[in-house]
Amino acid sequence: MKTEWPLWEVFIRGQHGLNHRHVGSLHAPDAEMAIKNARDVYTRRNEGVSIWVVEAAHISASSPSDKGPLYEPSESKVYRHPTFFDIPDEAGHM
Amino acid sequence: MTDRDALFEYLLRLGDNTLVLGHRVSEWCGHAPVLEEDIALANTALDLIGQTQMWLGLAGDVEGEGRSADDFAMLRDVWDFRNLLLVEQPNGDFGQTMMRQCLFDAFHFDLLSGLAGSTDDRIAAIAAKALKEVTYHVDRSSETVIGLGDGTEESHRRMQAALDLLWPYVGEMFMPDAVDTALHEAGIAPDLPALRASFDTRIDEILRQATLVRPDNAYAHSGGKTGVRHSEHLGHLLTQMQWLQRAYPGAAW
Amino acid sequence: MYAQMVTSEATQEDPQKLAAFQARIDAGEKIEPKDWMPEGYRKTLIRQIGQHAHSEIVGQLPEGNWITRAPTLERKAILLAKVQDEAGHGLYLYGAAETLGVSRDELTEMLLDGRMKYSSIFNYPTLTWADMGAVGWLVDGAAIMNQVPLQRTSYGPYSRAMIRICKEESFHQRQGYHIMMKMAQGTPAQKKMAQDALNRFWYPSLMMFGPSDKDSVHSAQSMKWKIKMNTNDELRQKFVDQTVPQAEYLGLTVPDETLRWNEEKGGYDFAEPDWSEFFDVIKGNGPCNTERLAARNKAWDDGAWVREGLIAHAEKRRAAKLAAE
Repeated sequence: MKTEWPLWEVFIRGQHGLNHRHVGSLHAPDAEMAIKNARDVYTRRNEGVSIWVVEAAHISASSPSDKGPLYEPSESKVYRHPTFFDIPDEAGHM
Repeated sequence: MTDRDALFEYLLRLGDNTLVLGHRVSEWCGHAPVLEEDIALANTALDLIGQTQMWLGLAGDVEGEGRSADDFAMLRDVWDFRNLLLVEQPNGDFGQTMMRQCLFDAFHFDLLSGLAGSTDDRIAAIAAKALKEVTYHVDRSSETVIGLGDGTEESHRRMQAALDLLWPYVGEMFMPDAVDTALHEAGIAPDLPALRASFDTRIDEILRQATLVRPDNAYAHSGGKTGVRHSEHLGHLLTQMQWLQRAYPGAAW
Repeated sequence: MYAQMVTSEATQEDPQKLAAFQARIDAGEKIEPKDWMPEGYRKTLIRQIGQHAHSEIVGQLPEGNWITRAPTLERKAILLAKVQDEAGHGLYLYGAAETLGVSRDELTEMLLDGRMKYSSIFNYPTLTWADMGAVGWLVDGAAIMNQVPLQRTSYGPYSRAMIRICKEESFHQRQGYHIMMKMAQGTPAQKKMAQDALNRFWYPSLMMFGPSDKDSVHSAQSMKWKIKMNTNDELRQKFVDQTVPQAEYLGLTVPDETLRWNEEKGGYDFAEPDWSEFFDVIKGNGPCNTERLAARNKAWDDGAWVREGLIAHAEKRRAAKLAAE
């Protein structure tokens, strides 16, 4: 009988209010146990204050072959970055 | 029995419960059914060892003879141990271990909840810290008992067998003696028999979801927490736990 | 090392794709699970990461052997936390391997029936408490030599697992050395025990890096792919150079009469371990091979009903929830 527990991806929000961050994966029979297992596996050193788990099979990922069309167009939008604009020192901190 | 003697005795009971159970649970390390459980069991054992250091450390302070938590753990013989018979029972299969854990956790949670309101600040502080750990323990162990009880035919059968085997050790947890009564009257510890109702409510709900049947047998073994009559298992546990300290007396590690 | 003698797979694919792939690695880019990769790269990684993971899991056993006999409550907690970390590291590594299209159960079965290996070092017995010191100091010390550079390995999930492992592992070697310090400064019996542990673990630790591979085609391919970062000899030399002064500080003697500082190369000259013993251990004839595999098989077999029970319950619950909707 094949009984491997499903794979879950684990996301943890740390102490300082940042976004949940992917930390790794684990196996669990259901979502409740996945959260408990994540607590035991991934917060042994006081790493987190909030846990998300999602079954790995439910994650949709962008395709690597789309890398060009997806990400390169933003490279040319240099005006989105503050350093694009030359402001004289006399104008003060901005 | 002076107040101090009663307090000392009571602290040994608290510390020996967590010492012996923590030792038992640590025996699983590297041998659990799946990696996630292996890691979770080690966390439980680590919590219990930490609680032991606090309870037995305080016992040493109360006794005032310079004995440390390690002295109590490593240099007493069976008859000086004050843990419940339940926690010294062997691990058996994983189901037996989790059933033992669940029964103890349910009791431990209510006991610590009471102790967190102790008139003795030192006890209240330790209990409050331990209570956070034990809140998770009982959550996890009850979830596992429910899952295995309600799982397959085999897992159900094994969990019922574990429950039948361990049920006679439940009664001792709620059986008060002169020490318990004295501490309750001093406002230091909760009233033991009064904790039973909450335990029963919780366990009945767990067993219902786990599709397990609570045994009719109301018989309760006793003699662990008084030290009068431990099971034979405890001595073997001590031969391992104390071996280095006994073989090389006075060495520092 | 934890992944000893991993032979790289030959690869026969479109030369243009291979060249583009190699260019990405040379440019320091990380390869991610859904990226195109040569079949040989994928297979070699599964073997290497899997073997590394198995080593962590089997590696729980020799130290786990002393958890119930630790001399103080604090030592017990430290050792338990350390062995638990090893389970965690195994888990992270299995997770990295799983991104390559193999399941943890498949890898486990290959360990249990002997198709996959684990590090030779874990087939040696831990006989005294000083062995907990020696294992932490020498075995973890040797492992770190390899794991630190692997944080820069080309495969993203492997690299990220190694970063997490290295961060957690930093206390492991120190706790081992701390045990050795206590014993070396202790009673005559403790000091003798510490020396005995060093005697027994020195050469097996040197073997962890594997035989010389400076002429190995497999190693060259793996180094090109950045899944192996240094030659075995480089790491072994580094380990000896780091460890000998540590032994001197303890007042212990490295069991090698030929050990000499070589001014010219700026490192120690030292005796090679007995490689025939190494190959015996790899073939299954080490002192503890049988026990180690038996223990893993027993845990797996005895745990089957638990894994089945909990998933059956989860399925019932899911079905009940669906029915209620």
